[in-house]
Formats: sequence, structure tokens, C-alpha cells
Amino acid sequence: MEKFEVIVVGAGLAGLAAAWKLAEKGVEVLVLERGDYPGAKNVTGGRLYVNPVRDLFPDLWSAAPLERYIVHEGATLMARDRSVAIDYSGDELKAEPHQSYSVLRGKFDRWLAEQVEAKGAMLLTKVRVDDVIMENGKVAGVLAGGDELKADVVIACDGVLSLVSEKAGLRKPGLPKDYAVGIKEVITLDAGVINDRFRLEGNEGAAHLFVGDVTKGCFGGGFLYTNKDSISLGLVAGIHEYAGIGPSTDVPGLLEAFKKRPEISSLIRGGSTAEYAAHVIPEGGFRAISPLYGNGILVAGDAAGFAVNIGFTVRGMEYALASGYYAGETVLKSKEKGDFSAAALSLYQRLLEESFVLQDMKNFQEAPGVLSNERLFKHYPELAGNLLKDIYAVPAGPKGRLYPTLRKALTLGEMWAQFKDMREVMKI
Amino acid sequence: MTDAALLKVKLGLDVFKPGKEPHIRIKPDCGRDDRLRQVIPVCPAGLYSENEKGEVILTVDGCLECGTCRIFCGPDVLEWQYPEGGTGVQYRFG
Repeated sequence: MEKFEVIVVGAGLAGLAAAWKLAEKGVEVLVLERGDYPGAKNVTGGRLYVNPVRDLFPDLWSAAPLERYIVHEGATLMARDRSVAIDYSGDELKAEPHQSYSVLRGKFDRWLAEQVEAKGAMLLTKVRVDDVIMENGKVAGVLAGGDELKADVVIACDGVLSLVSEKAGLRKPGLPKDYAVGIKEVITLDAGVINDRFRLEGNEGAAHLFVGDVTKGCFGGGFLYTNKDSISLGLVAGIHEYAGIGPSTDVPGLLEAFKKRPEISSLIRGGSTAEYAAHVIPEGGFRAISPLYGNGILVAGDAAGFAVNIGFTVRGMEYALASGYYAGETVLKSKEKGDFSAAALSLYQRLLEESFVLQDMKNFQEAPGVLSNERLFKHYPELAGNLLKDIYAVPAGPKGRLYPTLRKALTLGEMWAQFKDMREVMKI
Repeated sequence: MTDAALLKVKLGLDVFKPGKEPHIRIKPDCGRDDRLRQVIPVCPAGLYSENEKGEVILTVDGCLECGTCRIFCGPDVLEWQYPEGGTGVQYRFG
């Protein structure tokens, strides 16, 4: 039987961040990863917002294998037969330091793990954690590949399902309404072609979200991110909304239909799909956060449910990095006192409450409820498309006055419904 | 509705390392559970289907380990664990 000071389960962003913080201070930390290499089991949309975590990992960013810095932010209301897009760009997005980057986890996590190992953390790959070892009501280690591995404290960074925190008795299996599934294709395309198609220079990148017909009017939406020489194209769908939706629609088929949309097909033309990936995403927000600590255990990243979706921005990876960092800091304090009880580890919650992690989760706690309004996904994309159709149409004969034309769509009933929706949206 | 053959081709692009045992199993006598029937259209790899007896069956090859069925069906219906270390999907891009 081996004994370590700290065992981290999962070499994703939360686990690697925790190991980084601990190894930097000379703590003996073992990171267990079930994939062939860190990142092998991880999926992002995806884009990483660097600002919130820049100072937590000061030396990290200059050499990080990030893909492109995002200078075009797009959103499209996608109706069945038309679409309305906005495109935001500005000097602030082009100025350094850049606020967000597209990223591929296979590359990024592997690189981050090398940095963490260089600081002295031990990484074991191809190891699945099967159970936790409980002693006197305290997590005392893990069972992995038939071996008992003991530790003063276990940090569960094992992703959205967090079977480790379930086995430790911290949480029960999640409810479908609190989760969505994301599916994605990575489509390789020449860097120059990407630059021309998305109006980019050098290493600039574009991000675009799509709402409406892409999920057949259900919660969720499509996304597109440009990488260096590929495009990440996919969609997110609420799990409980598609269950039993009917024989005509299934989740893999949504992506096929999305790729065939004229708005998309011209952007990916000539590209070839290199990988197809899927992963569950926490969508329950603040209310659905799992217990964050127990005797001898901390929970970080997706495992804790740290993710925020406010429609225009969809974030998770910064919360993983930061929560891992604060888990590491908590363990350092606990080590000083030689106390790894839940009471001592509750410092973790306080550190998160003082940071952007729980402040964001609290600030946007109404977002999941607001975004469960089907009208946002079904009605408004069609309405916007129809309004624009009427505004732009030039008939053979005389064109009707604009205001009466628009009023035909914007009836009093519609305006009242919009007022009510707006009152909800204002909670975000 | 997705084209099953097309989905197979897409899954064929991914790197999978075979394991010894299936990591997800439908629990005995659960094949007619409503939750399983409902998860058929949600599985991103299209691995759940209904047989001629009206029972839901699972082919675990090509599993992307996304967790959708674990979230939707829960441990009452599925014996669900991740594949053993060093097996299953190995994302190169992710």
C-alpha cells in the first residue's frame, strides 16, 4: 500500500491546476488519469477565457498551446428557412492581453500536464479510480487498478459525472434537467482558408453561437470556433428535452442537419472531419452545485458543477482552473494545521465565495431558469427572421409602409408576451 | 434522423482502444424500462436501439463516454462505469 500527501483524480483542468499549486509548494501529489494521456477523455466546445485566471498561473500563458485569440463574436438566430446574425468585433478584442482563445483539450491538457510534472507532481495515466477508501467516516484514499492508494486528502476532479464524489457519499447522481450534452466535430481546414472565410488576420479567431432551428427549438444551440487549422463545430442539447422527442429527431442527426444549413455548409466546405466527440455539460448553475468538500475530500471543476451559460457566453474551463487552484490552496492550509477534516477543508468554499467562481455562479443563478423558456429557442428566431424578411422584401408593386407591416407580427399579445419574457431575461 | 452508416463512419474517425469487458450494461430485466427507450435518440453515438422483442439493447463499441445515458437512466437501470484505464475513446483533439 502506498501513501501520498494528496491524490488528485483526473488530469483535466481542475486536477492539473490543483496539482500545479501543490507541487509548486513541494507537496507530494499524485494525479491519476484514466486516459492514455491527459486530455484523452476531455472535450470542450471550446473557448477559454483567460482574464479570470491569468494571475493565478502567471507564467503559464505565454507558451500555452492555445489555438486562436477570438476577435469576432457572432450570434445567429436560426429560423427554419432564414437566419439573422450579429457580428461583434472591436479594437478591445484585438488588443493584448487577449481575453479568450479557442482551445483543443487533447493538445492543451497534455501540455499543461507536462508543466505540472516539471514542478514535481507525479502523473499516472491509464489508471481508472474504482472506489474511494473510507476510514472512520473520512476519505482515506482510492482504489485504482486493484491497488490501495492512500492519501491525507483526495481532490475529485473526475469530471461532470464525478463518480468519486458519489462513492464518497457527497452527492447523488445528477438530474437530467441539470445537464446538456455537447457533440462536436473537429473539421480540418487550411489556416489561410479559415482566415479568408472568417475575415481574420494571422492568428485571429472567430467564435459563433447559433440558436433556434439547430436544436429544433429546444434548449441549447450550435457553436463554431476557429482553431489554427481546424474548425470546432457542434451543438449543445438539453438531455431531458430530447428524450422521447420522437422518431424524426435524434441528437446526432441535429448535427448532420446543422452542417447542411447554408449558413454552415459554405464555411466548412472542403474541410474534412478529423474527430467526433461528445460530452455531458453541467447546466444547472448555482442551485445544482454539488457539495464541495467532506472529510478528506474536495471537489473541483465540472465534478462540482462549475459552469455558467448566459446565452452569449458559455463558460466552464476557467472555473475548473480556478477551483483546482483554490482546492490546492486549501490543502496547503490544511497541511499546515495537519487537519483534513471537513471543518478544515471548508476553507475551500470560502475561497471560492471570495473569487469569481462562486460569485459568477451566484450572479447568474437565474440563468438556467430563464433559458428554460422555450420561446427563446422556438419563437424568437422565427419572429426575427420574419421581421427581417418583411423589412428587406421589395415586391413587384408598391411596398407597404414599414410600421404597419411590422405591427402585423408584433401584435399586442406578442408585445405583452415579449414584455413578460424580458422581465425574466432581466434577472440574468 | 441521423443516417446510421454516416454515424458509423464518423465514429470510425476516432481512436478507440478495446477493453476486456463492456463498461456499460443494461441491468437484468430492465430492457423495457422507459428511461432506456427515451435515451435512444439522445445517445450521441447511437448505441441504443430496440430489438424485435421490444427490448432496448446496447452496443457499447463506439461509446464516447459522454455520460448522457448515466445522467438520463441512472444507476437503477444501467451498470455504468468508465472503461478500464487506457482503454476506450482517446480524443486527439477534444
